[in-house]
Amino acid sequence: MREGYEVVYKRPKSLIETRMHYCPGCFHGTVHKLLMEVLDEMEIVEKTIGVCPVGCSVFAYDYMNVDMQEAAHGRAAAVATAISRLHPDKYVFSYQGDGDLAAIGTAETIHACNRGENIVFIFINNGIYGMTGGQMAPTTLKGQITTTSPHGRDPINAGMPLKMSEIVSGFDGVAYVERVSCNTAGNARKTKKALEKAMKISEQKIGTSFIEVISNCPSGWKCTPVQSLDWIKDEQIPYFPLGVIKEPGK
Amino acid sequence: MLYEMIFAGFGGQGVLSMGKLIAYAAMKEGKEVSWMPSYGPEMRGGTANCMVNISDDPISSPVVNEYDVVVALNLPSLKKFENKVKKGGILIWESSTIKDPPTRTDIKVYPLRAVELANTELKNGQVMNMLILGSLVKLINVVKKESLVVALKETLPERHHKLIPLNEKAIDLGMSKV
Amino acid sequence: MGEIRFMKGNEALAEAAIRAGMQGYFGYPITPQSEIVEYLAMQEPNHDYVLVHAESEVASINMLYGGAGAGSRVMTTTSSPGFSLMQEGVSYIACAELPCVIANISRGGPGLGTIQASQGDYFQAVKGGGHGDYNLIVLAPNSVQEMVDHTIMAFELADKYNTPALILTDGAIGQMMEKVVLPEPIEYKPNKPWATTGKTKDRERNYITSLYIKSEDMEQKNFKLQAKYKEIKENEVRFESYKIDDAEIIIVSYGVSSRTSKKVVDLAREKGIKVGLLRPITLWPFPTEEIARLSKLDSTKFFLSVEMSVGQMVEDVKLNVEGRKPVYMYGRTGGIMMTPEEILEYAVKKYEEG
Repeated sequence: MREGYEVVYKRPKSLIETRMHYCPGCFHGTVHKLLMEVLDEMEIVEKTIGVCPVGCSVFAYDYMNVDMQEAAHGRAAAVATAISRLHPDKYVFSYQGDGDLAAIGTAETIHACNRGENIVFIFINNGIYGMTGGQMAPTTLKGQITTTSPHGRDPINAGMPLKMSEIVSGFDGVAYVERVSCNTAGNARKTKKALEKAMKISEQKIGTSFIEVISNCPSGWKCTPVQSLDWIKDEQIPYFPLGVIKEPGK
Repeated sequence: MLYEMIFAGFGGQGVLSMGKLIAYAAMKEGKEVSWMPSYGPEMRGGTANCMVNISDDPISSPVVNEYDVVVALNLPSLKKFENKVKKGGILIWESSTIKDPPTRTDIKVYPLRAVELANTELKNGQVMNMLILGSLVKLINVVKKESLVVALKETLPERHHKLIPLNEKAIDLGMSKV
Repeated sequence: MGEIRFMKGNEALAEAAIRAGMQGYFGYPITPQSEIVEYLAMQEPNHDYVLVHAESEVASINMLYGGAGAGSRVMTTTSSPGFSLMQEGVSYIACAELPCVIANISRGGPGLGTIQASQGDYFQAVKGGGHGDYNLIVLAPNSVQEMVDHTIMAFELADKYNTPALILTDGAIGQMMEKVVLPEPIEYKPNKPWATTGKTKDRERNYITSLYIKSEDMEQKNFKLQAKYKEIKENEVRFESYKIDDAEIIIVSYGVSSRTSKKVVDLAREKGIKVGLLRPITLWPFPTEEIARLSKLDSTKFFLSVEMSVGQMVEDVKLNVEGRKPVYMYGRTGGIMMTPEEILEYAVKKYEEG
């Protein structure tokens, strides 16, 4: 450290020092960092077990220095259910994409939330299948072009984008639902706050927490990272409004 | 000693439980037993049956094709299993409800008006199956009557124990009718 | 002498799992195995295990993965269509090398099929079942007592080899009642330093995965798995022989069919025909050497695979007889229970054909 300087920004201790495979501009790196910061600051790394199913973040265990389980596509909620039930004193998070949580794994998501499993869901909603190369997701916006909706998502064929946060907020078992994003520094700070709040709710064992992060996919969207931020602001957030949808006691 | 038996009737007549009871009683006497039910939707209202084997030696096949004892409590069961009684074997059939009697002459046939007797003498049609069991243990020396009572005590939930004297009466009545 | 009870196969399996120190059960109702989840649900308040009535078999098997990965002794049970649904998860568990127990109380298929007993899941059980190169340890109980014994053995073998163990039996064994002797409950203390129980400061993080995206890594993983399977094949073959020494006809049969076949042996010998029974207790690893040995005996005239299918295990019998003797198959499907008489009739016919 040079004299007269102070550290104002650093890698969280529990974020493994390695090069991430994520594309430039992708929010996964940001959310990983925020999550690890929260675990470090709350000093709960030793008591946290994560689940990362198939999707771009299936390699999350390469970056997060906590005990983790990879899961089959869509099944993170089931895997996390068992871990949480068998280790009720632990914090269990499930880090899932939209194809995973809201398409192939809808049943597991719905039932884990309805049972009020003590799981923190971190739902990365970027409206596309990133890992398989940019196909239409259940959350792809109306008219949005993907490799499997080359003429734009047509609601007649594909329905409207699924609002998972609104759906799960209807269950008694769910304690806390918030939709956040990382498209601005301010929003990223709110994402961290939401993650922290979810972990604290987990400690209280009062129900499921569900944090939907409106995310980007510059590669899949075929745009630059900066353009992807505009798309989030102009297209995604108007359909998926940010904010608290449900919280304990309210 | 090996007895291969089948109890058959309508679902709800208690055929599965009479099979269980005699098997349990035999087990308490130190014998080897197997009880194999027909199961599934047919249990509810359709025909139901269970095969019971009681033996001094370990039982090989729980499923057999011919029986030493057939208990038939309705007409479809009688029609189905009359031909499956081993030569010289025993067929007990419920004769107050089945109107079409068996015809074989190379087996021992015992008609029993069990439904009627249970309703008139015991005022409870449900113990008809115990009445039949009573007849059966009188006819063949497979288990002692006392073992049946022990089986009732050990298998019935506590809340039904008040029914044990009635069941015992039914067994006695059945024993007196053959 | 342990506690003696008169129990259904399914209940006996459930009670044995409790006594084996099972810590988590995840299941979904399906006939003819629902008594297992019902029994465990009824007993739950008296014990420490976690029970989740899952939303599907897909969820159950993935809960099993999660629970096994987190270091607990866990089990799921199902019947044939449910087992089909689980296959992706079973493949993951095998690759991730997680110890757990699965029971398939099988019923007749294909399709929705019938709820009556069947042995049509042999291929699915012993040839892996899901995607990729893997095997499960497959135990085939043929009595209610073995439902107890094999459940305990399955947990032990799973832990010994860090691999899923499958109990493959049929609706008949699941539904029938027999006398059982129950062992004393054991106090299970997991020793699984690899499990995801929370990264303490004194160790690196643990992670459970079946993902090996580099081809070289995937191949190495397969080598490792195959080495383990070889060890299992060398050490864990179990079978039972009945009047096999002088037999001219060798019946090979497992599960409830082996019970019927045992009777066939006795009936045939009353007629002066020397029939013997080889009952694989482990369907995988299969008693390959014993079958090969018997096929080389001069006294052996032919093999007869007796199974409630159109002929699945018979293929493994043929593989090990290697053409030295004829191999026949007798089976019924659709949940029809074979009688000793019909099997004997077929065996005698083949015998007389020479």
